Amino acid sequence: MSECIKVGMADLKVCISPDSVTTLGLGSCVGIAIRDPITKIGGLAHVMLPDSGAIRNNTNVYKFADTGIEELVVQMEKAGAKRNRMVAKIAGGAQMFSFQNKTDLVRVGDRNVEASKKKLKELGIPILAEDTGLNFGRTVIFYPESGDYVIRAVGKEERVI
Amino acid sequence: MGEISLESMSEQYYDVLKEIGNIGAGNATTALAQMLQCKVDMKVPQVKLLDFNEVGAMMGGEEQIMAGIYLCVEGDITGSIMFLLKKDAAKHLVSKLMGMELPGEDLDEIGTSALKEIGNIITGAYLNSLSSLTNLKIFPSVPDLTIDMAGAILSVPAIEFGTLGDKILLIQTQFTDDCELDGYFILVPDLESYGKILGALGISF
Repeated sequence: MSECIKVGMADLKVCISPDSVTTLGLGSCVGIAIRDPITKIGGLAHVMLPDSGAIRNNTNVYKFADTGIEELVVQMEKAGAKRNRMVAKIAGGAQMFSFQNKTDLVRVGDRNVEASKKKLKELGIPILAEDTGLNFGRTVIFYPESGDYVIRAVGKEERVI
Repeated sequence: MGEISLESMSEQYYDVLKEIGNIGAGNATTALAQMLQCKVDMKVPQVKLLDFNEVGAMMGGEEQIMAGIYLCVEGDITGSIMFLLKKDAAKHLVSKLMGMELPGEDLDEIGTSALKEIGNIITGAYLNSLSSLTNLKIFPSVPDLTIDMAGAILSVPAIEFGTLGDKILLIQTQFTDDCELDGYFILVPDLESYGKILGALGISF
């Protein structure tokens, strides 16, 4: 029996095929899915903010793109995955409201996506696909077996990237 | 002014917020009744400090389709306020306001515009009571509306709260006309504004 493990907001989970990981209702947050295709170990991080260095209250490493992705990779390595085989797919980073550019949280969705890409590049993990930006929420499911990253949105066709 | 964290807020502060919520929601209910031209009751609002993940669950799951009306606040305090209600409840209110049944699943342009106005009036009433209680100038921006999954809408205030801590301050209000409607307020003042609100109310922290 395979299980679908739920990842909350500012959270991450690691799983091994045939299990899968999911996170519901990604808005401006970004869901980073990483997989080792040989061991079929996969993981999903749901990060909220781009940079742990920019905020004083930063004890929750899962909350930030930089520390969250790093932690995900470390936990996957502990589970037996190899970093040099890891590949990533990312989704989310929407701008839910049109005037969200007034505060210093300028385009936080875009910034989350940029920060995630930067961190993945730094760790040498290639990004195979992405479904980011625009203005709608996404529910995602990641299958480490195939690497399929299923994306559902309200009133839209299901997408697999 | 010391470091403020939501977790260490005093009981007294919650009582104050609850009272502001109560008066604000009361004003909002009156405004709603006038607009709909019918009797609208409300229950005593509940103020809760919740983990990010509990908020979605409380509204019926992260994938529950909600209408979120969001606006920025400027003036003596800065931040934002969001009013959320379930899509069905939103449709119910709009059809009442327009005096007709709405065809189809989704709101059309006029329906969306009507819902924005409802959100504007409700949040406006809430902010008015906050303003008159604290004597602070509060100017709301033009509201924006999104209908999407609860989790996605909530990510916006969650990210703003995320710069302060790991929790969200939620005010839940239940309106009743001929059916029960749950509405949620999320007020996100920035850190400095928290101090100003508390100071204006004469609370030391």
